[in-house]
Amino acid sequence: MTYSAGYGDPESGGPATAWRDGWPVYDRSGTVCVIGAGPSGLTAMKNLKEQGFGVDCYERDTSVGGAWNWRHDRSPVYASTHLISSKPFSQFPDFPMPDSWPDYPKHSQVLEYLEHYADHFDLKPHIWFGTEVVKVEPAEGERWDVTTRSTGGYGGERIHRYAAVVIANGHNWSPKRPEYEGLEDFKGEVIHAAQFKDAAQLRNKKVLVIGAGNTGCDIAVEAAQQAARCWHSTRRGYWYTPKYTLGRPADQVNDLMLWLKLPLRARQFLAHRTLKSTVGDLTRFGLPKPDHKIYETHTIVNSQLVYYLGHGAVSPVGDVARFHRNSVELKGGEVIEPDLVVLATGYHPSFDFIDGNLLGVDASGRPRLAMHAFPKRQPTLAVAGLLQPDSGLFPLVHWQMVAFARMLRVREAAPAKAVAVQRRLEAELDRRWTTAKVKDSTRHWFEISHTTYLKAIQRLLDELSLEGAK
Amino acid sequence: MKVMRAREWAFPIAPVRREVRRATPELDEGKPPVLFVPGFGHGAWVFAEHWLEHTADRGFPAYAVSLRGHGDSAKAPKATLRAYAHDVAQVAASLPRRAVIVGHGAGALVTAHALARYPARAAVLLSPVFGGAGTALRNPMLSLPALFGGGLRLPAGQLFSRELPANAARGYAARLGRASTRAQWQLLRGRTPQPPVGDPPVLVVGSPDDRIVSDTALRRVARGYGGAPLLFPGMGHDLMLDTRWREPIDAILDWLEKSA
Ligand SMILES: Cc1cc2nc3c(=O)[nH]c(=O)nc-3n(C[C@H](O)[C@H](O)[C@H](O)COP(=O)(O)OP(=O)(O)OC[C@H]3O[C@@H](n4cnc5c(N)ncnc54)[C@H](O)[C@@H]3O)c2cc1C
Ligand SMILES: NC(=O)c1ccc[n+]([C@@H]2O[C@H](COP(=O)([O-])OP(=O)(O)OC[C@H]3O[C@@H](n4cnc5c(N)ncnc54)[C@H](OP(=O)(O)O)[C@@H]3O)[C@@H](O)[C@H]2O)c1
Repeated sequence: MTYSAGYGDPESGGPATAWRDGWPVYDRSGTVCVIGAGPSGLTAMKNLKEQGFGVDCYERDTSVGGAWNWRHDRSPVYASTHLISSKPFSQFPDFPMPDSWPDYPKHSQVLEYLEHYADHFDLKPHIWFGTEVVKVEPAEGERWDVTTRSTGGYGGERIHRYAAVVIANGHNWSPKRPEYEGLEDFKGEVIHAAQFKDAAQLRNKKVLVIGAGNTGCDIAVEAAQQAARCWHSTRRGYWYTPKYTLGRPADQVNDLMLWLKLPLRARQFLAHRTLKSTVGDLTRFGLPKPDHKIYETHTIVNSQLVYYLGHGAVSPVGDVARFHRNSVELKGGEVIEPDLVVLATGYHPSFDFIDGNLLGVDASGRPRLAMHAFPKRQPTLAVAGLLQPDSGLFPLVHWQMVAFARMLRVREAAPAKAVAVQRRLEAELDRRWTTAKVKDSTRHWFEISHTTYLKAIQRLLDELSLEGAK
Repeated sequence: MKVMRAREWAFPIAPVRREVRRATPELDEGKPPVLFVPGFGHGAWVFAEHWLEHTADRGFPAYAVSLRGHGDSAKAPKATLRAYAHDVAQVAASLPRRAVIVGHGAGALVTAHALARYPARAAVLLSPVFGGAGTALRNPMLSLPALFGGGLRLPAGQLFSRELPANAARGYAARLGRASTRAQWQLLRGRTPQPPVGDPPVLVVGSPDDRIVSDTALRRVARGYGGAPLLFPGMGHDLMLDTRWREPIDAILDWLEKSA
């Protein structure tokens, strides 16, 4: 099999060369298909192109940026979103964000960055906007038939056959909605955080925010400033890391400790001490004591929540027991009367266009992938960006895609080596890429430590080196 | 390829104001932008003399950056090689399209470091000073002061061929500045740059009559990138300021048209 380089035009793919269920299949020979033009899809395209592959990308929206394009219907981003990871952790490792930008850029800057990346590396001519992938099925020779149609279902479906597929559809757009007794009868308004766009939605309302991921904490902070009242419900205590510690962005301090090779326990100790000496013991505000050490839940980076707790503008409450017609009952028996409930309970991954078995998806919806990216026995399929890192995502997904492109190259040049690497990856299918004992929660399915993960990537890249093999 | 960069993440380079000179073609023919990186002591002006306009006339958008502490960029007495490479990657990434980087003298070493952090479309190393003991031994009078905190001395006679009129040579030499002491040390120590990302084609250009870079050094650098140098006999170290400045730049642009 050879891979073709250069631009492709799936519309003029020539005559159909195969058939599937009575439909024509257009063969795109060695081209790789990328699903989604968010950060993960863009870096997949850039790195595949760089290693000489032709790429076709399908994006159901009308522009690039994925989650960071808040004009997109499904974008989870709200007006006040800023990065939680500082610039060195938030940029692609070979494409720095401008020096003139702040430590923690705003969502509109991230979008600008992604648009610039797409232009700089000439990716847009490869993207089919307003086109949704509805089916991905295996074809002979470890290739893939990809069925697309216009977003919204207008027009017919088309099938193209690809040498490989990268699934970069994001995992922060399909809301995770908890079920509560009495919720249907509740007369107040209930929205998921995905529908929260602007602080104006909270103005002068009595707001209950459920969940203390980064989304829930951001919304509680907005509510503290805009709403008539704000209750923040959490089912456990957390560590709220400020954006700055010891005079620099907190994640840079953390990596300084990593650079000094401090083990996890020492880092946890130091982080606990630092928090204790700055914000102090949060149980004095009525918050539960954390049931875990720091780094054992997905890091919350928020300097303002503690500030507003201390101003009484956010009232911490426990888990919700049930809803009534006009009120919400908490597990302690307390009853509150919000007009607006925001479920900031996170998002589910969703791969409805592919047979879940190919990704090892279990009954709870959790895929089983080597390094959260490479499915078992499918060497020409990868999932990009399905990670919940303790730092920024962009560098990690960049390296994932450098490795995948290399893997495809090695399959061509040294097939035996490719098989050996694939086997080794599969042997580590259930490995977790973090040393911390993370809490058992669906939100931690893809939780990783960026250092542990990048070391594994380094190993993979070294194994895939073709030097000396040629 | 180095994936773990904890030190770089923990200590990001401080931002500075940077001088970028540019010349853009009248018509955008879709050719890649070319970013020129001057060597130690030199500023963007050395390329603004002839090469920027000439490159633009041939249809390539042309840019030249002054490394921090040089030309009209902000002062940076403590700058490291990494900070200089950061300056190059910052400017390259800000350009509308994937750029070609052309580095001169020690700027070629800075460029080589930048190539490990930005996937250039192609790169050209002009009269490259890659440092190490060889550089110091060949030019003891130039480099000794650097070891003791002085500047690398670059007298006009070392930089230009005899064809360049003496007063022009003196004028240029008078405009030279100096790199930071730390960067000079790092140059003499000569740490090998990490391999380039994105596998760009690399061309090495120089003169056998360069009095700073020996023929052997030139060939060694070229061999490191899997090629042989393109030579312009009779020219001095500062190819872009010499009387026959047109020849090397035309050869470089011809090469770019073919390979990038
Ligand atoms: C509020 C918020 C803040 C965040 N802050 C940070 C942060 O500070 N740092 C950080 O690193 N990460 C952050 N994240 C995580 C964020 O999800 C990632 O940064 C990043 O956007 C993930 O990129 P992606 O390309 O994998 O997915 P997405 O950005 O979701 O992009 C997926 C793309 O695929 C398209 N698509 C999906 N299905 C199909 C289909 N069937 N056919 C065609 N196209 C399809 C979508 O339209 C979309 O454009 C944040 C997330 C949220 C919710
Ligand atoms: N840059 C930014 O500013 C920013 C902002 C927002 C989000 N993000 C990122 O976006 C991603 C998603 O974040 P997210 O905050 O939307 O989701 P998340 O991290 O999954 O957090 C969900 C929160 O809801 C709670 N929860 C879930 N199900 C619940 C239930 N049934 N009952 C009660 N509580 C429940 C969880 O509690 P448990 O801990 O008990 O499971 C957790 O506190 C993360 O990677 C995050 O870092 C970044």
